[in-house]
Amino acid sequence: MGEKDEKLILDIQDLKVIYKTDIETVEAVNGISLKIEKGKTLGLVGETGAGKTTTALSILRLLPQATGRILSGKICFDGEDLLTKTEDEMRAVRGNLISMVFQDPMSSLNPVYTVGQQIGEAIKLHNHDLSHEEVEGRIDEMLQLVGIMPSRKAEYPHQFSGGMKQRVVIAMALCCEPELLIADEPTTALDVTIQAQVLAMIRELRERLGTSMLMITHDLGIVAQICDEVCVMYAGKIVESGTVEDLFRGEKHHPYTVGLFDSIPNISSRATRLKPIPGLMPDPTNLPVGCEFAPRCEHCMEICKKEKPQVYSEGTHKFYCHLFDSENLKTGGSENESK
Amino acid sequence: MKANENNIPARTPLIETRDLKKYFKVNGGRMLHAVDSINLKLYSGETLGVVGESGCGKSTLGRTLLKLIEPTGGQILYDGQDITKLNTRKMRPLRKEMQIIFQDPYSCIDPRKSVVDTISEYMQIHKVFPNHQQTMNRAIELMDLVGLARRYANSYPHELDGGRRQRIGIARALSLNPRFIVCDEPVSALDVSIQAQILNLLMDLQDELDLAYMFVTHDLSVVKHISNHIMVMYLGTCVELAESEELFRNPLHPYTKALLAAIPEPNLDSRDKEFQIIRGEVSSPIDPKPGCRFAARCEHCMPQCTQENPKFTETSPGHYTACFLVNGNNPGGQTSDTGGETGGR
Repeated sequence: MGEKDEKLILDIQDLKVIYKTDIETVEAVNGISLKIEKGKTLGLVGETGAGKTTTALSILRLLPQATGRILSGKICFDGEDLLTKTEDEMRAVRGNLISMVFQDPMSSLNPVYTVGQQIGEAIKLHNHDLSHEEVEGRIDEMLQLVGIMPSRKAEYPHQFSGGMKQRVVIAMALCCEPELLIADEPTTALDVTIQAQVLAMIRELRERLGTSMLMITHDLGIVAQICDEVCVMYAGKIVESGTVEDLFRGEKHHPYTVGLFDSIPNISSRATRLKPIPGLMPDPTNLPVGCEFAPRCEHCMEICKKEKPQVYSEGTHKFYCHLFDSENLKTGGSENESK
Repeated sequence: MKANENNIPARTPLIETRDLKKYFKVNGGRMLHAVDSINLKLYSGETLGVVGESGCGKSTLGRTLLKLIEPTGGQILYDGQDITKLNTRKMRPLRKEMQIIFQDPYSCIDPRKSVVDTISEYMQIHKVFPNHQQTMNRAIELMDLVGLARRYANSYPHELDGGRRQRIGIARALSLNPRFIVCDEPVSALDVSIQAQILNLLMDLQDELDLAYMFVTHDLSVVKHISNHIMVMYLGTCVELAESEELFRNPLHPYTKALLAAIPEPNLDSRDKEFQIIRGEVSSPIDPKPGCRFAARCEHCMPQCTQENPKFTETSPGHYTACFLVNGNNPGGQTSDTGGETGGR
């Protein structure tokens, strides 16, 4: 806290999201709070089912209407609560002020329109007063920006490779110069060399356009290379958050984060055995009473099974874990980052 | 991978290929060169990692080795026996010894079969046991072996998560006591914490049962972790083959170097360095032009690279590369003016 609101592009407070069907209620996001400063990139890390994508869809209010419900919380974008906006107002936000890149480029493009038409559609929708030539000019500019020859704008998605398609999707997302770009696993479907190309491009565009970003990923490598701040999510909760330095250089970590790091085979040193986290993610329709991670945690104490932990912080580094309760909160060696 | 020159009989590789080729016919009589001139040797108890980008032919290679796809040319030797020309009937007993674990644990098992039925299916086909009860007992044993709780025996796949489904696939592959298993991206559909569980399981099983794995993947950190030797494929050809440690310490082929440099590392030390990017994308494998397949994207491309195929040669013991930069012109004596001395030991 203590942050001036003008510095924040996105401020989510205590967001709770459920998916409700006749049979069961899935508690997808259970009271998360996160902030993104202007021009910064926040990484949201976690495994399948942690609630990363649900968080992103809540920001854009794109949750499936039949089942998804935002129970409580605030999503302040540039000082305005998105949750109180009408559908019409939201439409002016989506793609214009906040845009999103999805994981699978093959399914986010329409196969029967040319890529030029699809980029143009987004431009025209938010800029009614542009002439045809201006729109075309803008399409060329966008394609050039993402490294595709503008002459290819008359081609259809199937004529592009996976990496190129993802570039087209990124061009579409950036064509209205959004203030916030949400990238949901943008490179997971791509090969490593193509991933490197796309990541380098994202890095460069971010510097050039000053866009803030919410980067959703499960790859800690991408976090280390791209993000400024990180939130680690587990079963709908943010279990640890901080700057990348906190996460990669900090001494103390949430046991889940430790497990996550131990599970990746290390490319620079050969460990004989990996140390996986035992067990599985809890059933989101029936979450544990205490800490969500308690059943898999090797440091599990009595209190963990009964009570949900609070958030403990050391400077910018925050933990959601009973281990950091008062007696464990030693201040020695905390590396406070001056924001 | 050392050739044995002494009197001691050399260990016979469990799987060996000689100049293995698989071409697919596509429109207009053209040929798609999916797998081209692959030479490899794999011994019992060892793992050969095969890495490369999508479309480079790694899965096709795995399936061709098992003769699930008929090779176009070259030879496949299983335990010294040439199996290239064997017909379906003669292959059948060998099929027990060669198995495959598939990438997608959601589509490789029959949704209408319970766990124990899925695991015992192969044993029933091969009539391993005279009666049903024994088959079931063995299936339960296999569930224990791969760490699937017995209470799931009568569950259906939709009740299980990806990691458990992958364990079913592994149990089924083990049911016929194979000696060789092709693992075709067995962990890429899984979350990291589950991925680590499955990798540990595969390595334990290997120690216990002396299995040989061909581990196909695009994830370099996984392949380094599990493999003894690594083969890097690019557009159907093998560009580099070396011991795992050696490959990562001393990559020689420009493509291998680019591939290694492209991995985002989970630490901050390399954060500010620019991504090493190879330009362009994989070219078409349909009727490829002569010359190195990587030439179009290679920053060291020389005239000869687009004219003739680089030979696959041993640059240091056990380390093979197909690149003019490293090998010079040829294995046969003429030296190239541009050949570098990069291939030191």
